Parts: sequence; C-alpha cells; structure tokens
Amino acid sequence: MAATSSSPSLVDTLFQRSLDDLIRALRSSSSVTEAAAIARALDEIRREIRSPDLDTKAVALQKLTYLASLHHLDMSWAAFHALELLPSPSLPRPRVAYLAASLSFHPSSTDLLPLATHQLRKHLAPSPSNTPALVTPALHLLALASSADLACHLAPDLVPIVSGQSSIPLRPKAIATALRALAVCPDAAPVLFKPLVDCLSLSSEPHVVSAAVSAFCELALAAPDPSPYLPLAPEFYRLLVDSRNNWVLIKVLKIFARLASLEPRLAARIVDPVCQLLRRSPAKSLVFECIRTVLSSLSDHDAAVRLAVDKIKEFLASDDDPNLRYLGLQALAMLGPAYSWAVEESREVVIQSLNDTDTNIRHEALCLIMGMLCESNVVEICNLLIKYAMKCDPDFANEILDAVLATCGRNVYELIVDFDWYISLLGEMARNPHCAKGNEIERQLVDIGLRVRDARPELVRVARDLLIDPALLGNPFLCSVLSAAAWVSGEYVESSSNLLELVEALLQPRTNLLSSLVRAVYIQAVFKIVTFSFISFIKQIQAFDTKSSADRSTAFENEDGVATADKAVIFDSIDNNETIKHESVSHLLDFVETTVGPLSECDDVEVQERARNVLGLIRIIRETRYWNIVAEHELTRDNKISEIVELMEAAFSEDLGPVSTNAQKRVTVPEDLILNENLSDLAGVLGDIDVTPCTSISFSLRGHHPTKSKEDSAPVIEPSSLLAEHRKRHGLYYLSTEKDEVESNDYPLANEPLLPVSHVDDAKDIVKLTAQSFIPRKAKSTKPRPVVIRLDEGDGVSSSGLTMVKEFKDDLLSGAVRNVLLGNESKPSSSHDMSSDRTSQRGENDASNNNDLFSQPNESNALDGREHRKSSSRKSRHHIRHKEKNGSPGNEDTEEKSHRHSTRSSRHQGKHKHRQRGDTLPDVVPQEPVIQDFLL
Amino acid sequence: MIHFVILFSRQGKVRLTKWYSPYQQKERSTVIRELSGLILTRGPKLCNFVEWKGYKVVYRRYASLYFCICIDPDDNELEMLEITHHFVEILDRYFGSVCELDLIFNFHKAYYILDEILIAGELQESSKKTVARLIAAQDSLAETAKGEAGSISNMILQSM
Repeated sequence: MAATSSSPSLVDTLFQRSLDDLIRALRSSSSVTEAAAIARALDEIRREIRSPDLDTKAVALQKLTYLASLHHLDMSWAAFHALELLPSPSLPRPRVAYLAASLSFHPSSTDLLPLATHQLRKHLAPSPSNTPALVTPALHLLALASSADLACHLAPDLVPIVSGQSSIPLRPKAIATALRALAVCPDAAPVLFKPLVDCLSLSSEPHVVSAAVSAFCELALAAPDPSPYLPLAPEFYRLLVDSRNNWVLIKVLKIFARLASLEPRLAARIVDPVCQLLRRSPAKSLVFECIRTVLSSLSDHDAAVRLAVDKIKEFLASDDDPNLRYLGLQALAMLGPAYSWAVEESREVVIQSLNDTDTNIRHEALCLIMGMLCESNVVEICNLLIKYAMKCDPDFANEILDAVLATCGRNVYELIVDFDWYISLLGEMARNPHCAKGNEIERQLVDIGLRVRDARPELVRVARDLLIDPALLGNPFLCSVLSAAAWVSGEYVESSSNLLELVEALLQPRTNLLSSLVRAVYIQAVFKIVTFSFISFIKQIQAFDTKSSADRSTAFENEDGVATADKAVIFDSIDNNETIKHESVSHLLDFVETTVGPLSECDDVEVQERARNVLGLIRIIRETRYWNIVAEHELTRDNKISEIVELMEAAFSEDLGPVSTNAQKRVTVPEDLILNENLSDLAGVLGDIDVTPCTSISFSLRGHHPTKSKEDSAPVIEPSSLLAEHRKRHGLYYLSTEKDEVESNDYPLANEPLLPVSHVDDAKDIVKLTAQSFIPRKAKSTKPRPVVIRLDEGDGVSSSGLTMVKEFKDDLLSGAVRNVLLGNESKPSSSHDMSSDRTSQRGENDASNNNDLFSQPNESNALDGREHRKSSSRKSRHHIRHKEKNGSPGNEDTEEKSHRHSTRSSRHQGKHKHRQRGDTLPDVVPQEPVIQDFLL
Repeated sequence: MIHFVILFSRQGKVRLTKWYSPYQQKERSTVIRELSGLILTRGPKLCNFVEWKGYKVVYRRYASLYFCICIDPDDNELEMLEITHHFVEILDRYFGSVCELDLIFNFHKAYYILDEILIAGELQESSKKTVARLIAAQDSLAETAKGEAGSISNMILQSM
C-alpha cells in the first residue's frame, strides 16, 4: 500500500463521520453556515475517498452522493472512485457505487465510462452470485448513462436477461434497459429486438408484457416512421382486448394511435374495443387515453367521436376536479375547426373557463378558442376577447393579445377578410392598459401597410388616432406602436385627410417622452408630409397651368391662389379631395419650422440630422420663385420648381414592398463569382466610383408611380439616377419583381364571405360570447378580401434543420428494426409504403430469411384469420401489384414483373409455410399490407 | 417517457432527484430552480399540470412534499398522477406512514424503491407487494454483508 503523507490515515477511517452524522450536522446548521458545513464535509470526503479501506471509501462516496443529489454539488471528479468500488465482493459497496454512478455519470461527459464495461458485463452475466440486488443497479447504470459504445458492447449481455434465462424479477428491468440501449445505439437492434418481441408472447408474465409494451410504445412513438412495427399489431390487438391492466392498455392505445395513421383498416378494427373501454372503464386515465386515441386517429368514425365528445363533456363538467377540466379543454382543442360542433356544444363551459382561477385552465380555454377561429367568426370572437382583455389581469390580458396577434397574423393574415376591422382592432389592442405586445403590433401595422394596398386609408386613420392621443406617449410599451403609426402616416400620407392636424400630432410637445429613435421616425414622417403637401400644391398649379393657360392671369388674380379659379380642372388632377391652398401650406411650413427648429440642436444625432433635413427642405421651398410668385400674383414659368418636385417625388414615390425571407436563396450565384474567394479586394471595389456597365440583368421597379408617364421625360435627377446606378450594379441582389407581381395576383381575389359586422352591440361582458357560435356561419359577402401580397410559400416560414440529426438516428433504428422484423439483411430505405417496400426487398433477399419472429401460434383465432384471408386475398394481390407498378416505374415492363412476382410468391408459399401461419393467425392480420404478401 | 422525477419540500428544498434523460449538473440546478419556482407559487385546488419548455410536469403535493414528474406532451398526465400515488403508497408501506425526515435520512433507500418502480423512465412494477418484497430482500442481503464487513477489527485489518 503506497501511503504518502497526504493519504488518509487510520484515524480518518476510525473516526469517519457516517452519512447520518453528516445529515444531522447539515440539518443543525443554519442557512448561513450550511455552505461552510458542506464545504467542510466535502474536504473530508475528498480525503476519505482515497482511503485504501473500501468501507471508508464507500461511506465517503455515499456522503458525496447525498450532497450531489440534494445540494447540487458536482461529483463528476469522483467517477473513478465509484468505478473502484464496483468489483467489491461485499454487496453494499457495489450498490453504493452503482447508485453514485447512475446519479452522476453522463453519457457524453464522463470519460471514464468505458472502464465500467467489464464490470457491468460481469454483473450482468447469469451466475448465482449475481443476485437481483446487484444486477438491478447495474441495469440502471446501463439504462441511464450508457453511451452508444457501451450500449453496443453490452447489448449481447442483456439478451439472456431479456429472454428470461436469469432470475425473473430482472426481466422487465432488462427490457427497459434494452429500450435505452436501442435508443442510443440502433446497431444493437439485430441482437435485442427478437428477444423483445418474444416478451410480448402469451406465455410471458404480466409484468414482462407490461414492460415490453412500454418499450414498444416508446420505440413506436419516437420513430419518425413507425411502419416497421406494423407486423406486431396482432400482439397489441390481443392485449387491447384481453388485458385488464390500465397502464398496459394506455400504452397499447398509444401504439395504435401511431400505427392507425399508417393503416386505415387497423383503425376500423380497433374502434370497437376502444369504444368499449371508453364506455366501461372507471379509470379516468384510461378513458382520457381512449379519448385521445379516438380524436387523433379514429376521427373518421363518427360514433366513436360522438362517444368521446360525450366523455369530454363529463370531464368539463367535473367542477371539483380541475385536472379533468384542464384535460377536457385540451382534448377539445385536439378536434380542430372541422369538429366545431363539439366545441359548440360545450360553449358555455369553455367561455366560463376563461374566468377560471387556474391560469393553466384559462390558457387552455384561450388556445381552444383560438383554434376554433375561422374566417367567419374571427371578427366577433376577437372583438370580444380584446374587450375582455381590457378588464382581466395583466398577464392574461397579454396572453390574449398574444394569441389574437399570432392567430390573426398567421400565414400572412389568412384568416382576415376585413382588414379595416383588423387594423382598428390593432389600434384597440395598443390602447389596452396592460399591453406589452407593442413590438408585434408594430410589425403587423407596417407589414399590413406593405402588403395590403386597400387597407392603407384605414391604416392611416388608425395611425392618426394613435398619434393624436397625448396619453399614449407616456407608455413605454407603446413606443414601437407609435413609431409604426408615425411611419405609416408618413409613408401613406396621400390617404391622410388633415395634414396639419397630423403634423401637429407628430410634433406635439409630449413627443419628448419618446426615445430618440422613435422621435427620428416622427420627424422623418413630418418630412414626408411636408414634401407631399408641397408637391401636391405645385402640381395643382401646374395642372391648372397646362389646362387653362389662356385665362391663367385671371386665375391668379384671385386672392385665394389657384383653388377657386378652376376647381373642376384641379380636382381631376390631384388625388386629394380637398384642394390645397397656399395659405394652408404656408401655415404648415411655418408651424413645422418653429417646432422643428429647436430640434436641430438636439443631442441625438438621428433626431438632429432629420430635423435639419426638414428645415433644409423648407428653406429650399421658400427660396423658389414659384412660391413667392403666387403670393405676389405674378406668374412666370420656372423650370427649377418642376425639377425640385420631380426630385422629391423620386425620393419617395417608390413603394416599399415586403421582402421574402427566402430572397437570398433565390439569388443565383453568377458563374464567375467564387463565394469563398478572399474578400480583400473588396476595398478596391468599394473605392471604385465609376459605374461599370453591368451585364444583362434587367430590373424593373415595383413602384406604382402615380405619374409614370412623366418619369420617362424627366431630366436627369440626382437621387433617382444614383439609385438606378446602384441597382444596375447590385441589381442581382434584389428580388426579381415580375415574379412577385405574378404571385401576388395568384392570391385568390376572394369572393369570400365577410361577416356582417358584429351583431353584438357593445358587449361588455365576456360571457356574452356564449351567445355566439364557434360554428362557421356563411354570411353574405359584403366586400371582397383585398389582395395581400405574398411572396412565396416560404414567406414567414423558415425550415429548421435542427432535428435532422435526431431523425437520422431514429431512421437508423427503424431501419434496423425493420430488418429484424422482416428478416432482411439489406439496408432498407425508410419508405412509408410498406408493402411495396417489402415486396421489393423480399425479391432481393429471398434466401436470407432466417428470422422467425412471428411464430406465436394463436389457435383460437386461426379460423377467423383464414376466412378473412380468403376473402381479401384477391383484392390484396391486386393492391400489391398496383403498388409495384406505381412504385418503380420504368424498371421492367409490367408483364414481366407480375410474372416474376407470382413465381416469387409461390416460392414463398412453399418455403415459409410455418412463417405464413404464424403471421396470419391472429385476427387482425388481414388488415396489414405487410402480411398480404404471403396470402397470394 | 418520464424525463425526471423531483421531490422537493414546501420550502423548495430538494429531497430526491432522478434524471432519466441526460442532464448536466448545471442544467439540473436550473431545472430544479425553475420548476420549484413555478410549482410552489401555484395555489391549492388548481390543476396538477404545468407546461414547461415544451414538456409537461405533473406534480402533486403530499403533506409537505411536492412530487414532480416531467413527461413528454403526448404522455398521459393522469397515469403519472397514479404512478406518483403508487410510489407514495409504497414509501408509506415501507417506512410506516412516511414523512419527510424518513426520506432525508434514508435517501438511498428512497432511490432504491424508486428504482424498483421506474427504470429508464418506464413504469416497471405495478404491484405494491412485489416491490415491498424485493426491497426487503435487498435489505436483508445488505444487512448480512454489512455484518460481515463492519466490525472494527476488520477495518483495522484491511487498512494495515
């Protein structure tokens, strides 16, 4: 024994504190001294655990385990000491070591894990010295901490226990362990799967069957493609009918819920037993599982759905049990809009649940209601929810807002027909005193502005109402909404009715409460408004000039400027319904100048810069002769003015459009561009001011210019020419616009019905919603849905590759499982079409069918099965051939194939008679496409 | 499947943790902190389920202890409540009207009992009698082994 000075002495061993001592010490210490007590104990343990005496070591390890599991101490450093204790012949020591290891080992971060392989193998081996008390913790460790390597190495050692050759109580534990091993190491499937399948047989003990069913449930649920488990359906069906254990039945139902989606005939088969359980079982857990199975997989069977809905109502009506109410709501939510009658029947309960004391139940009720939304009821339900949100507690109010925003905004507002209504609803949401969803409201306001042209006037109106309200400025959550409102009213200023009022709102004194970024947006909006009013005014004059050049002089003698002279002509030429008078524009400019003036000294650069822009613009306007001429009742043509107008128009006239999230992907990389090339010459490119004439990339503006004809004849104006240059050079990075136009037209120019605006007059209470129906009502169309620009299917939806790795692994597993179950050596592709997949594999591997997994004769059902077989054989054969034809077109011609097929299957019949029997005996067999192969 | 089982007291003190999915030590502390915060704030007479990070946590309070089981969204919540109750009954039978102190001083026993009921996140033994018998057998084996190895003279001999 190599004893160094620091090694523990005999004293340590003799006076070691036991676990009880440690616990008492910790309990007697206050919360302040506890940390110190733990630290002291840890020091002790570090010393003791290196003791050559195994008992001292074991006690130290036990104390460490206690500290680690209940006081969150890291014990990964003690992994080696746990391993040291494993081989000890005295039973308590390896048990302590296993407990420590299974609580602390981590499959990916414990480096010493491979060292456990040998000892685990020794403990798993069938031998009299390996009592269950020793094997159980060994199985635990393997189940909880096994890495892929460990699982692969030890999988063969699990087989004797799983197949029941060792002591019986261990068998279910080994089954669960085998499940974990399969999950981390799909390669173990050929070894482990057959014994697992055997566990389902009639002769197994109930708890073995129970463990096996749990394992298969886990496997089938985790597999991306559960079709490899279809051949086991007869076993599960037997359990479904015979078993009296609720926990087993729940697992079996879960398996069937997964399998039934693959094989419709399976659903028809299980619907009766499931309904019986639903009617008779007193256990709520089982009833709930039945409900779930029916709703998820048997929704085509109306009687079953009816029954399930009745049970859900019982759940919802149980006032004393919030659990059942919660689950009832969840179950209803599974139904989806197609079964809105079911929700309709429980409408009152659902609405009452919005008032439940339990936030989880309220949340479920809200989810349920949102799930029921469709085009025809979205208006009334949302109106009422938003009204309700005004009065409920802040958290739930925001939850409601969130849900409404998410549901209405889903898939580019697919639910919304009446955008005017939705925009005003957004405005109402912003006014909710608890509203903390400003960012999403902001996004949607701007997004609707970009996408829905017809909604812009209403958008501007709502934005005005928001901007004009000084009370909203103080709410920090609304900053972003106001920013969107300001942007909208600047961008779509042409829809605005009263420019002066708008500018006053944008420049009201309380705007100093806003953050500087939002303020900058405000001032930019003012800039756009000033520009717009000036342009409109000038155009008015120009239009007048051209139309009535003859009596020009008389017109301008009028004090009021242009307006009164020839109203009819002017009205034709401008968008606005109101004529713009020189006075009003002049007043506007004065007002802006005085209020923005101080901001040019603002500390914030953004605000300052924009303020100076505005002031600069006003100065330019004032300097033009045209401006002053009008006031002086003189008239001379001035080219400069039209230049300015065009310049300013060019700056703002182009519509901003939405950008697809996939825009970057669509840009094709030119041949001569090497993306990975060193970017060091980028500086050179940037420095190059000369325009290199670009190749043949054509580009067209998406803009909707009100004065398109004018643009052609326009003299060279700086901003637009710069823009054109920029586009010429970088045009390929922009979306090609033709496509967008086409796609936006693709969107149905709906004649979809629109609800007559809520007949609930001023419903103040949420309970009034009960008066309404979730069932979609077809109302008369009052107004077509406006065009919503959608860029492509991928708009707003980004696919994530995160789950790829896991799926790949699962695929490996189901591939391996399929190999085992089907007796195949080749690597099958994971295909959903089981029968064609199988037949083709069979052909290749005719000789290699060596596994006989299906030999569980079930004589009582034999007759049944055969009868059914006869009747369906013709059909199924046809079915398979048809599938083959479709499955691999162009391989060989059909005749040859069907010939081969028949010879092949006749060979099957001769060769695998025993197999065929085993396969087809239980009575669900004819439902499986898999088995039909043998029936020919 | 069951991802983990946690027992904590009304004061948020952890009494037992069992992780069936791999969690690093740091993650474990965060999980416990978050969940105890979430569950302890819930009043009585509310439902026993909370949603948490895409999982469902089924909890139930027995005396001063909260038993929490974290499961996948498609697992059966009511079944978990039954399993919890099953576990509590077995503990009760083993310790004789179990209390928090029993679990504190016999934390390894509590683990061994749990391990008889759940392995790898799957329910193993649905019979209370069988579990009691298995645990008793383990105890007697462990006692005899301890008797052989526990004497002081033995310890002195081994350390020489």
